[in-house]
Amino acid sequence: MKIHLKIWRQKNQHTKGEMQDYTLTEVDEEMSFLEMLDMLNLELAKKGECPVEFDHDCREGICGQCGVMINGIAHGPLKNTTTCQLHMRSFKDGDTIYIEPFKVKSFPVIRDLKVDRSGLDEIIAAGGYVSVNTGQAPEANSILVSHEEAESAFDAAACIGCGACVATCKNASAALFTGAKIAQFARLPQGKKESAERTLSMVERMEELSFGHCTNTEACQVECPQDISVLTIAEMIYEYNKAKLKK
Amino acid sequence: MALTGLFLSLFLVIHLLGNFQLLLPEEQAKEQYNLYSNLLSNNPIIKLIAYVLYATILLHTIDAINLTIKAKKANGLSYVKDNRNRASKWYARQMMLLGTVVFAFLVIHFKDFWYPYKFGELPMDDNGNKDLYTLVMISFQELWYVILYAVAILGLGFHLLHGFFSAFRSLGVYHPKYNRIIKSVGVAFAVSMSIGYLIIPFYIYFNF
Ligand code: HEM
Ligand code: FES
Repeated sequence: MKIHLKIWRQKNQHTKGEMQDYTLTEVDEEMSFLEMLDMLNLELAKKGECPVEFDHDCREGICGQCGVMINGIAHGPLKNTTTCQLHMRSFKDGDTIYIEPFKVKSFPVIRDLKVDRSGLDEIIAAGGYVSVNTGQAPEANSILVSHEEAESAFDAAACIGCGACVATCKNASAALFTGAKIAQFARLPQGKKESAERTLSMVERMEELSFGHCTNTEACQVECPQDISVLTIAEMIYEYNKAKLKK
Repeated sequence: MALTGLFLSLFLVIHLLGNFQLLLPEEQAKEQYNLYSNLLSNNPIIKLIAYVLYATILLHTIDAINLTIKAKKANGLSYVKDNRNRASKWYARQMMLLGTVVFAFLVIHFKDFWYPYKFGELPMDDNGNKDLYTLVMISFQELWYVILYAVAILGLGFHLLHGFFSAFRSLGVYHPKYNRIIKSVGVAFAVSMSIGYLIIPFYIYFNF
């Protein structure tokens, strides 16, 4: 199939970017979206032009590297799907596809479609460490966790940190990301000792960075590749208020 | 934001119940409504609550402006193609616009009823109370004025449609069961406030 592409090209953080047009004539609908970009880059390389930079790693929907805006939607038209899991069968022959980087203050563009999402890492780092007993492998049943608790903690832990929530949010808020990271620990008995301190420092770090404030539009969950629940945001606020009261 | 919003919502209920007295038969309504207004404006506790209410409106508005500025700053360059809207409701994204409609309305509402009552000259009714009733009745004889109210009330209705459940989220209510209940109550609240406040101007327009 024939696909027209309009892709954001930007040399680095300090230069202005702009859209450029490309056309691919032999796109196969079985290709993944990233394979289509590989095809474009191969053609560009053959012509001696600079390939389009984009982030990717696992290409199986688990690393969270591949986030871009496709036709103005984070990770493209399918809901709850990463860019790498999107296939060209979601488009039609002759379609024009707009591809842009996440344009958020806190995610500066490194080059083309690649952005610096280290703000999210800073929030994680602010959470610090959990105390655990080291040495022998622990007895599996010494801390009892019910199946439901384990599952719900895992639902929150499924966040792959791709940043689509921030990119989709009209406020560019990182509340869903931070909420998921706080909820995943809040739902387990391990690491309870540091719970209050962890919550306070993660939320405060999030607020210091240039993210906006959540107003519960709930757009984030719709575009989240892992369908992380917006209720983790309320849980973060609950944990934060609890920690504040204790302090 | 959440606490001020919910306090304002509570006020809406009381204000509506009080104003339903306007719908009573004319003679009774006039006497009762003017007496009620007089009691409210002279009661020291109500006076105190009124000051809290003015402060709440200001705080809510300042908070709203802050949120909007923060969002502006956090957003980067605009997208050449932007379809982010598909993931949320328009009224959830336009809370500032809806709030501004409500605010503009409040200014008019205060100027037309609150100011003349508190500081202006109003004729007295038979019981020696200021005749706010007649002022209200006359105001709603104008169609454009009724339409102005209708627009503002619909704006408020949509503001509440998002605001009510959002306030509880912002306060940290995260249990799925309570959230389902709150969402339904929020819809019922927004709809009943809108209908309730719409009835009054239209009833007066068509019946007097
Ligand atoms: C009777 C008048 C009003 C009522 C009952 C009301 C109610 C509410 C409620 C319940 C919320 C949700 C709070 C939260 O999510 O934490 C809210 C949010 C908000 N209000 Fe109001 N409000 C009123 C007037 C206004 C005015 C005058 C403005 C602006 C000038 C305004 C702007 C906003 C904004 C920007 C938000 C935040 C958006 C959000 O959280 O989704 N409101 N309001
Ligand atoms: S490349 Fe790893 S999630 Fe897409």
